[in-house]
Amino acid sequence: MRLLPFIASAMVTIGLVTVLNTQLSIGPTKSPKLGYFLSPQHGFWKNAEKVNTNFDASILANELKGNVDVYLDDRLVPHIYADHDQDAYFVQGYLHAKFRLWQMDFQTRVASGRLSEIAGADKLSIDRFFRRLGMVYGAEKTEANINANNPEMKETVDAYTAGVNAFIKQMDPADMPFEFKLMNYAPEKWTPAKTYLFLMFMSYDLTGRSAASDLQLTNTRDFLGYDLFDKLYTNKQDSLDPIIPKGTVYQKPSIVPIKPAAADSAYLHQSTALAITNVETPVAPNKNNGSNNWAVSGSKTKSGRPILASDPHLGLNMPSLWYEVQITTPTHSTYGASFPGSPAVIIGFNDSLAWGVTNAGRDVLDFYEIKFKDSSENEYWYNGKWNTVEKRTEVIKVKDSADVVEQIPMTIWGPTMYDAHYQNPQSKGRNLAIQWTAHNSSTGVETFYRLNRAKNYDDYIKAISLWTCPGQNFVLATKSGDIAIKQQGSFVARWERQGDFIMPGDDSTYAWQGIIPNEENPTIKNPERGFVSSANQKPTDPSYPYYLGTASSFPLYRGISVNKHLTAMSGITAEDMQALQTNNDNVFAATARPALMKYVQVDKLSPDAKRMVDEMTNWDLVNSEHSKGITVFEIIWDSVTEAVWGDELAGSPIALTKPDDFVLVDQLLKDSNWSVADDIRTKDKKENFKDQVTLGVENATKKLLALEKENKLEWSLFKATRVMHLTKIPALSRMNLPIGGGKNIINASTEMHGPSWRMIVHLTDEIEAYGLYPGGQSGNPGSVYYDTFINYWAAGKYYRLLFLAKEKLIQNERTKWHIQFKKSNA
Amino acid sequence: MKFITTLFLAALMAYAIGIYSALPWWSFAVTNLIVAIAIPQKPLISFVSGALAIGLLWACLSMIIDQSNHHILATKVATILPLKGSYIVLIIVTSIVGALVGGLASLTGSFIRSSKA
Repeated sequence: MRLLPFIASAMVTIGLVTVLNTQLSIGPTKSPKLGYFLSPQHGFWKNAEKVNTNFDASILANELKGNVDVYLDDRLVPHIYADHDQDAYFVQGYLHAKFRLWQMDFQTRVASGRLSEIAGADKLSIDRFFRRLGMVYGAEKTEANINANNPEMKETVDAYTAGVNAFIKQMDPADMPFEFKLMNYAPEKWTPAKTYLFLMFMSYDLTGRSAASDLQLTNTRDFLGYDLFDKLYTNKQDSLDPIIPKGTVYQKPSIVPIKPAAADSAYLHQSTALAITNVETPVAPNKNNGSNNWAVSGSKTKSGRPILASDPHLGLNMPSLWYEVQITTPTHSTYGASFPGSPAVIIGFNDSLAWGVTNAGRDVLDFYEIKFKDSSENEYWYNGKWNTVEKRTEVIKVKDSADVVEQIPMTIWGPTMYDAHYQNPQSKGRNLAIQWTAHNSSTGVETFYRLNRAKNYDDYIKAISLWTCPGQNFVLATKSGDIAIKQQGSFVARWERQGDFIMPGDDSTYAWQGIIPNEENPTIKNPERGFVSSANQKPTDPSYPYYLGTASSFPLYRGISVNKHLTAMSGITAEDMQALQTNNDNVFAATARPALMKYVQVDKLSPDAKRMVDEMTNWDLVNSEHSKGITVFEIIWDSVTEAVWGDELAGSPIALTKPDDFVLVDQLLKDSNWSVADDIRTKDKKENFKDQVTLGVENATKKLLALEKENKLEWSLFKATRVMHLTKIPALSRMNLPIGGGKNIINASTEMHGPSWRMIVHLTDEIEAYGLYPGGQSGNPGSVYYDTFINYWAAGKYYRLLFLAKEKLIQNERTKWHIQFKKSNA
Repeated sequence: MKFITTLFLAALMAYAIGIYSALPWWSFAVTNLIVAIAIPQKPLISFVSGALAIGLLWACLSMIIDQSNHHILATKVATILPLKGSYIVLIIVTSIVGALVGGLASLTGSFIRSSKA
């Protein structure tokens, strides 16, 4: 033995192995453990799935009541045939885990504020945000409610949970999903709480924007004063084409909310100028989160049977939010898009009818300002006396660091989201409690569970009546010929502008005075015009007796476009509906361009600017992939809004929301002498629209010339629509997709947001259905099934969805593999 | 002869122990060490035979996997790591990492059996 060389060599060897077994810091992130990650028998190589993988399998699961057959088609969509409902949900859980486990883990970590646990202190602020927003709080209440009062749903979620865990239990650690290895952590057991957390996340995604906008609007009002605010952020939308047709007569309201006596001074005209603390800006869901849906009755279709279309607009991510599945049991047979993390089919159809959802966009989240007695935050002032507070403890584990403990004061309104310990520039040092319908216990997935089994309009109404949050427009079409739409959720009965701003939290006259009864929610069935539709616009005209919320929550133009087309169409086929769902007409530009041109002083423009204006005027008003005109229009419009609004909003130390586009368009068309056009910063000059529009064009031209140099004037190159992996790593994403569309367009594809699921269902006897989403059924970036559908999606194409009885499916040429679940080996 | 035997034995044992995913990825360092003790060679030769055993094993395994995967994942990983998206470079890096650890483990083992001549 040569001792010294041995020791030296041993130390170098151990040293190298240690380095290769440690996550190395690269800037803000950490690398994987390189030795582990590169090992062909342990690391990422194990996730490099054979392209010709055979998915046949025989799985033993003694939790099952009976055997279950799953057939996978060539798109890797599972068709589940079970003899017991709970077995079907067990298998759905197993398959969700088999193909999407990491996504399920990651999404619920985000929702429950547990990212710091795996990614370190960098993620602490986002975790604190979600904890203080009450995500875990809301999920706990729903779980308690279902466990106590809803045995059927409890059994369903339990079966689903058991399926997920059955997969995790049998999984070889070397086969763990890629992202766990990249980020160096392992999956944990699934629990029913995680399903409820996932549903809370959907509530946040679709109603949580108020948590940011209520503060921003309050700060904007504080900065401008209420009168100017009401002018720039008006709730009047003259060109509105509401979901329920104009002229519909609404029943007298059963609740008439009473505005508090001093509301004008204590609330509307309030203004707070407090010191701003130095913390990051809040997280907020995308403003464009919304969707389209519609149904046309047999009177307008070629076949005489209704056709339904639904496309939810959400962040475009991989793995996709959606996972296609068919579930067939003796009680029902359904197909559609499901959420990995939850049982049942969420948007889809069964053998009697089809349904879809769009976001209602109603305000169901309010802030109340709290006055604490002292820094201990143990008592707060309410209705003339001090009340004690209960503190809710939330512990955030932080990787490589100490736990962070949040003590959240719970008030009569709800959790105090912002207090001395948690602030951001928008909350301006105030103590703010949050009241949110998502904090009330819900029935979770029961609405979808019942829709999956619904046979007719009455079943549909019963199913959606259970739905509380996030409020949705549920559209329906049945084989028997009915079409209908209803905006359903727990909506607050508000007096005008109640909840638009932060309200006084010491006064019960500002409380919510009731939830609008289901029967009074806007709805229509089999209308004369032969179609129902929604695209996130206001549900009704102003004659509806309840306040809907600020106009900025309700985009105007997609709804106008959808209704315009549907009105004009007849002899409609499924292909016509595909064409409409991917339509790129720009109804907004059709109004805004002539409004702009009214004021463009062509003779004052530079040659380049003139060239750009020509490009814009020659444009066919369609947001096609290769169009330059739309790019020019967008940048010119942005530039003009900046010129008009910029001075009013300048000088604010925190970011303020710009007024909505429809406000400017309306004024450009109506009032050529609008005083707001004047730039208040130029004391010696008085600008008008002609000045600002011309200025806007010149400023835009600078940007446009730069784009032209980089060859990025074409709309799809400029927009660069992309589907990002949840970690935002470009190598795992699909970038620069060749697709047109945009904001305000039926084909609502913007940069990282758009139609996350597209579905068309023709209610013939066999059901002719088409659909796809921008992703793939496998969440494994190493699988050939990871991003399979993206090219078709970008091209506006669809797949025919297979919805067949077991005997027929087995013989179908597209059926490829069979997974058999057996309850025992007997 | 010893060289070839070491080569095959080390590669075989590394592969065999790698099947048990409960054991850490660096278990082959232990098996390389044991093989080097069992088959004494001069230190340099020990290092080379141990390095070659794992280097070739990892190269073959990753190439076979990569081929059946049509380079899908290796290309992505070679972009996440600064390897300019080349799956070939990634396979080489994989091989080198295994070879270094294996070689050093074998070298360490060889010093146990060798003595100053």
